[in-house]
Amino acid sequence: MREIKIVNESRRRFLQAGAGLTLAVYLPNSLAAPVAAAPGKAGAAAPAAATEFEPNAFVRIGEDNTVTVIAKHLEMGQGTYTGLATLVAEELDAAWPQIKVEGAPADAKRYNNLLWGPMQGTGGSTAMANSFEQMRRAGAAARFMLVAAAAADWSVPAKDITVKNGIVSHAASNRQVSFGELAAKAALQEAPQPEDITLKKPKDFVYIGKQSPRQDSKPKINGSAQFTSDVKLPGMLTALVAHPPRFGTTVKSFDATGAKAVAGVVDVVAISNGVAVLAKDFWSAKKGRDALKVTWDESKAFKLGTTDMLDRYKTLARSPGSIAHTAGDAIKTMGRAAKRIEAAYEFPYLAHAAMEPLNCVVKLTGDQCEIWNGEQAQTGDQTNVSKLLGIPIENVKINMLYAGGSFGRRSNPHSDYVLEAVQIAKAINGRAPVKMIWTREDDMRAGQYRPLFYHTLRAGLDENGNLVAWQHRLVGQSIVAGTMFEGMIKNGVDATSVEGAANLPYAIPNMLVDLHTPTYPVPVQWWRSVGSSHTAFSTEVFFDEVAHAADKDPVEFRRSLLKHHPRHLAVLDLAASKAGWGKPLIAKAGTRRGRGIAVHESFGTVVAEVAEVSVKPDGSFKVDRVVCAVDCGIAINPSIVRAQMEGGIGFGLSAALHSAITLDDGQVAQSNFHDYPLLRMDEMPQVEVHIVPSSANPSGVGEPGVPPIAPAVVNALFAATGKRLRNLPLRTQDLA
Amino acid sequence: MIALSINGKKYQVDVAPDTPILWVLRDHLGFTGTKYGCGIALCGACTVHLNGNPVRACVTPVSAVAGQKITTIEGLSSKVGRAVQTAWEKLEVVQCGYCQSGQIMSAVALLSSNKKPSDEDIDSAMAANLCRCATYQRIRAAIHEAAKHLA
Repeated sequence: MREIKIVNESRRRFLQAGAGLTLAVYLPNSLAAPVAAAPGKAGAAAPAAATEFEPNAFVRIGEDNTVTVIAKHLEMGQGTYTGLATLVAEELDAAWPQIKVEGAPADAKRYNNLLWGPMQGTGGSTAMANSFEQMRRAGAAARFMLVAAAAADWSVPAKDITVKNGIVSHAASNRQVSFGELAAKAALQEAPQPEDITLKKPKDFVYIGKQSPRQDSKPKINGSAQFTSDVKLPGMLTALVAHPPRFGTTVKSFDATGAKAVAGVVDVVAISNGVAVLAKDFWSAKKGRDALKVTWDESKAFKLGTTDMLDRYKTLARSPGSIAHTAGDAIKTMGRAAKRIEAAYEFPYLAHAAMEPLNCVVKLTGDQCEIWNGEQAQTGDQTNVSKLLGIPIENVKINMLYAGGSFGRRSNPHSDYVLEAVQIAKAINGRAPVKMIWTREDDMRAGQYRPLFYHTLRAGLDENGNLVAWQHRLVGQSIVAGTMFEGMIKNGVDATSVEGAANLPYAIPNMLVDLHTPTYPVPVQWWRSVGSSHTAFSTEVFFDEVAHAADKDPVEFRRSLLKHHPRHLAVLDLAASKAGWGKPLIAKAGTRRGRGIAVHESFGTVVAEVAEVSVKPDGSFKVDRVVCAVDCGIAINPSIVRAQMEGGIGFGLSAALHSAITLDDGQVAQSNFHDYPLLRMDEMPQVEVHIVPSSANPSGVGEPGVPPIAPAVVNALFAATGKRLRNLPLRTQDLA
Repeated sequence: MIALSINGKKYQVDVAPDTPILWVLRDHLGFTGTKYGCGIALCGACTVHLNGNPVRACVTPVSAVAGQKITTIEGLSSKVGRAVQTAWEKLEVVQCGYCQSGQIMSAVALLSSNKKPSDEDIDSAMAANLCRCATYQRIRAAIHEAAKHLA
């Protein structure tokens, strides 16, 4: 049994804190790694060796019978608030309607991500994976103390007491009491020892794996949910920033006369990455910024275009890179293969483009800094802010609000937009709280993109059509270079660049995966599914090409090389059978139809998707239906798992069909949704999600739905038209 | 001073006449359920009703709507509005939720004029509302669900 210590915080603080039960579960940080099999990917730091016992307070029971679950992870749509509450409610045997969720404060000692070591943050699809045991223990400990309080009160043995649906009962004496009524007495009980707690067996779950309604539905359908954009503090000013037109450009000088003449504009200040206009409201700040004249210093401006960059990437791809994975002798085997297949794939820069453009609220008071933010990276942001202001890290208080999407963007290793807001507040000496708002154009053009990538692949078949050699070369910028996560670069290979390629599941005896990591000043960052956003495409499209070259059915060919990967096999078979793989598709006159499949593991979750497409004579096409099978371990909330697959498919389709950030003479060509289009209602396919039953600990679902969709669609388009598209976003004219 | 009628109540605001109603609602009157997403009527996050019709508040100057009937997500109290919100909750539509006020306002406008919309009607009425979480499938199902409930 793992060493665990549970402390009753309310007992310690009983005298000053008043009634109610607050439970602190002490979990050693050394438990970080083995909580789940899921490898930490995006944002995963090397686990630190911290072994001290630190408190994590997760549950509060009020005399009003409310159970408040303190969520250490950001709710950005992926369902963490509901998932974390489900884990606590399960072991507490609470009634679902009595559960409320509150965002945790920033405190890496109590609220760290157990898969990341002493660091608090949300990402890499780790929220449920790292919390699965911790939050259940928090619930079980609270239950133990409620039972102990009832047992003492009724003078009956604790073992004769049952708890169900928020009611503590003693059947023999027909007595019942609510949590709220017991809260004050429970707060006086000794906290349980680890051996006092036995977590439920999966067969006894009443919430996990069932349908608990989302915690955040109501506020999000009546307009009351509080996002960063909705924060209003007394005297608060709204700031818009004039950003440089190119990466590497800085402010030379500015003329604020016009801006200051706009009614409502209060101040204009220079910060490191531009000039901020502060006003009483957004519209005044916007007009002020429009009237601002900035002279830029372009001496160090980056002036390449993405076409030039891609040419350079293609040149690089002709020479060997740093080795990410090798097995057997791929080069020699390729040389004597009976048949060789080659292909290259291109991937653009991508913006996260969450619906809530980036924003951050900052209040400076003396040596205290308080932040309101859709906070995805508490410890990183606290560290960066404390360095900028020269104050202790604990003086940086962060209020975590709902994020209107993020997809990785709000977890910026440099705290880019957070520091921008702090700089503005500092530039006015903290005389007013500042709400910095980026316009959609600011958000689109600020960089921090999914990196531009170029992949080349080669495969060798022997005379019997067996796949005997596989070479995969990737060219693209590193996400972690120059950040606090640089330790993820080993032997010149950024693990986030090659994830999904270096660990290809197929049994191929000779493999060589290598990587070039060119350096450019275009800022790059993790984007929902990170490396898998490109590696799943190149590997799964190329695998399809190889299957066709070997004259084999794509599903059968995959099956034959996945014998040692039962989870891959299971989702592949499930998706194929539910989709009716092999059965003919009915096409309307003039359209061509096809079905394609892809399977990919990311963040410990394996997903297979079958796409069905209809292609018109002009090459335009519709993805009609997607059948998805997912193995994410125990599905804590199946509706949310399905929602994440549906949403991941839609997100991946946006990128496959529409999205690209391009640079022209160093300037970002896109600015808003007219030139960076996203998927719309009429383009959304019918999605069916099938969850593989599992009793394994949960892995993530926020990201893994994304990677397989683009390759499944391209493979379906090939089945329909015989034409192979290899570059994203897809160009329909290539199918005409 | 500009006179406004929002969710059945009268307001007087002292703002520049070119201020989009979105920012009057959000910054001056505290109706923050209506969201800013693009500023140029491309995403629908700011959808409100003007005399019952969906409009994009981010490009609608306050001077153009003086005295007219504006309804925001906070003021949604019609039978159709309640049916839509109930269906949204029942089918667990929301993810990040940022676009959902706009989605709901568009859906209510659709169902107010078309009691039994087809998939094509829904595609057409909802085409101007982006959802980056891609909750579209559940939005479609929830609109059908609300229509069924209202029938």
